[in-house]
Amino acid sequence: MKAAVLSFPGSNCDEDLLWAVETVCGQAATMVPADHTDLTGYDLVLVPGGFSYGDYLRSGAIAKFAPVMTALQTFAAAGGYVLGICNGFQILTEAGLLPGALQWNRSLQFICEPEPLIVANANTAFSTAYTSGQRIVLPIAHGEGNYYADPDTLATLEANGQVVFRYAHNPNGSANDIAGLTNAQGNVLGMMPHPERAVEALLGGTDGLGVFRSLIEATKGASDRVAN
Amino acid sequence: MYKAKIYVNYKPSVLDPKAEVIKKTLGRLGQTNVQDVLVGKYFELTLQANSEAAAREQIDAICDQMLANVNMESYRFDLTAVGA
Repeated sequence: MKAAVLSFPGSNCDEDLLWAVETVCGQAATMVPADHTDLTGYDLVLVPGGFSYGDYLRSGAIAKFAPVMTALQTFAAAGGYVLGICNGFQILTEAGLLPGALQWNRSLQFICEPEPLIVANANTAFSTAYTSGQRIVLPIAHGEGNYYADPDTLATLEANGQVVFRYAHNPNGSANDIAGLTNAQGNVLGMMPHPERAVEALLGGTDGLGVFRSLIEATKGASDRVAN
Repeated sequence: MYKAKIYVNYKPSVLDPKAEVIKKTLGRLGQTNVQDVLVGKYFELTLQANSEAAAREQIDAICDQMLANVNMESYRFDLTAVGA
């Protein structure tokens, strides 16, 4: 698997993602700055957490106009796998790659805690290493993670099985306890919890590894199809 | 030249926790007759356009693309002609 890790001014989880993919999972990963305009040749694009462009205006609202985002739209439209974490999730909703929006936590507090989650759908490219209904713990660290979508959108998400992770004890007011969801095509996932911060026992747990292992499997399949 | 005063607010269906906190705190100050609080964003843009209609169309595009997230926010604006 060949992964690109996008890096915007203000991203602060880009190095963690690089570490998780390269060092922990032993896969090729490259840091791609926000002013690059080409994402060809990658199997997966990772959109990291942080505070891109200082979160001016709204979280992700400025990042969506970065030059690399045009390339990301093309990459996603062609079926490439995209994973946005935390601020990356916010950027993907702002860019229209995922439905809905993330607003202030109901409590108005920035929450930085290990958070129990339920795997709601283990049949996506991002979650096959888990089983549906499995309980995992991933760290969350956000002030604006309260997922909002109108009732029609929520009904569609549920009917299509697009909700991949739910909070076991909703910490931020998210609609339907949603912690992570895919687009309708299933190749773009956004999630507020940080799987890249849970890949080594030394750092408190390895429950995040499943996301990366699932993607390694999924992209193996893609390479085989190209080869055939 | 036109000057636009743009107001961006959460849609009524979106709970705004900041507005709720302000309302609650006003109550603590004794301002108990405050029925509702709305917190939004305010922008002023001055732009060159050939007509008011062209200016309106352009500001709509600017709001839809950037100033408002139409998933959870709505906007309105007042437009006035100003000296060139």
